[in-house]
Amino acid sequence: MHEAIALPAWVGIAYLIAGVCFILALRGLSSPATSRRGNRLGMFGMTVAVGTTLLTHDIASLPEILVAIAIGGGIGLFTAKKIAMTDMPQLVAGFHSLVGLAAVLVAAAAYLNPVAFGIADPLTGLIHSASRVEMALGVAIGAITFSGSIIAFLKLAGKMSGKPILLPGRHVLNLGILAAIVGLIGWFMVDQSAWIFWTITLLSFVIGFLLIVPIGGADMPVVVSMLNSYSGWAAAAMGFTLGNTAMIITGALVGSSGAILSYIMCRAMNRSFISVIAGGFGGDAGAGPAAAATDRPWKRGSAEDAAFLMQQAEQVIIVPGYGMAVAQAQHALREMGDLLKKEGVRVKYAIHPVAGRMPGHMNVLLAEANVPYDDVFELEDINGEFAQTDVAFVIGANDVTNPAAKTDKSSPIYGMPVLDVEKAKTVLFVKRSMGGVGYAGVDNSVFYMDNTMMLLADAKKMVDDIVKAMAH
Amino acid sequence: MSFVAILSIFVMACFVGYYVVWSVTPALHTPLMAVTNAISSVIIVGALVAGSASGSATSKWLGLLAVVLASINIFGGFAVTERMLAMYRKKER
Repeated sequence: MHEAIALPAWVGIAYLIAGVCFILALRGLSSPATSRRGNRLGMFGMTVAVGTTLLTHDIASLPEILVAIAIGGGIGLFTAKKIAMTDMPQLVAGFHSLVGLAAVLVAAAAYLNPVAFGIADPLTGLIHSASRVEMALGVAIGAITFSGSIIAFLKLAGKMSGKPILLPGRHVLNLGILAAIVGLIGWFMVDQSAWIFWTITLLSFVIGFLLIVPIGGADMPVVVSMLNSYSGWAAAAMGFTLGNTAMIITGALVGSSGAILSYIMCRAMNRSFISVIAGGFGGDAGAGPAAAATDRPWKRGSAEDAAFLMQQAEQVIIVPGYGMAVAQAQHALREMGDLLKKEGVRVKYAIHPVAGRMPGHMNVLLAEANVPYDDVFELEDINGEFAQTDVAFVIGANDVTNPAAKTDKSSPIYGMPVLDVEKAKTVLFVKRSMGGVGYAGVDNSVFYMDNTMMLLADAKKMVDDIVKAMAH
Repeated sequence: MSFVAILSIFVMACFVGYYVVWSVTPALHTPLMAVTNAISSVIIVGALVAGSASGSATSKWLGLLAVVLASINIFGGFAVTERMLAMYRKKER
């Protein structure tokens, strides 16, 4: 059967249907109400793609294939069921690494047995030169996605320091390796020797590692989005090799999706994509040079003060950040919100786009804690409301509330869009201690305002105490 | 299919992706990443071709391993997306 050319027309249509299902799956995510239907369509599309492939190819080894799917499916379902919502960023990074490695394996399999893929002359075994480029690109992007995602996974899971690791001369080294990869891909076009293929693979593994190692924990939202994008481009490159529409459409969708998310994250930090990729910025809290200037006067509050202030309020806006995720405070927070609502207080949540370690991280955690999504607002939709709000309750967030981003041109975060919490009548700021500063290493003038009360404790413990105080 | 035909599909799909993804609500950006993970594992199609082909034993085993990895992603990605989406609920009134 070896030549793919003889496939009937319905096969092409089936892959096209799969591609359209994937488009609709993403389209469904425009609102939570349509999202689940979209996800089902995605599953349907995948079934169509896999079924079509199995029906149209020699299935001499069907039992082996079914076993492989069962093993993978079992691991996947088990992981999806067990994973804690706070661990989503590392799960997604881990999944990206698998897509990358799968792309590498498929490219290698295609290189070793090109006739089966219909990309080589069956007599001479010479691979078509266009297919060589596509295959080399697929293996390179796949390998970068794999090793880069492994590093991102280790950093997000806390198995490796979130601090940027800076090698001397890394820019020169990285550019040199990238140039070597591009050169080798060009050479591979005229000479399909094995050493060229494997050297491309090896160098790409190395560059993926080197690219992500210098990037700090707080820049991870951009990195995870970027690797998401790469995994798509790798799938697209393999789609070109196989001439498969479903893979090409999906690769393009995922590639643009990741690219747009990276752009949104960069814009929300007012940083250029290049400066994030160059790395060196944003280790975990405390990495900055100057500790907070604690000699400035500030007010400390207790859980009872906070409970009283919020119960008297008409409107409370809660601003969660990564600290809430670390302390797993989302359930306690929702309990606090419910108690306030019972007393007739309007409770809203304000989410900064880069709060947390991946796009939409806070929204998922709040959804997990049963906070209705119509109580949760994006920055631009709620920022005007702080001036008419009695209490802004900041929990585990810092830099995203810093007014210096609006006023201080010398600040490293100048120009970043921030939540205007200081405009609220009272700001309650939950923080572990006065010493630590946000990832940008800058002091936050909100701490020292007359209308700010610092609630120094672990986020979860503080919210639990507030809930107890309210119940009295 | 000719290269130009395939390239046309790719370029059009990039534009579709651009407009569709901008319409995704920011609240669902995490499920978006999880589901794009699942669908980019459509690369399993290539893995199945390799895993079912005769001719090279190494190629076949690489293909089967890729089937395992892609299946982890497909099942895991769709399932975790489903789990997350089930948590988003409206205010009961």
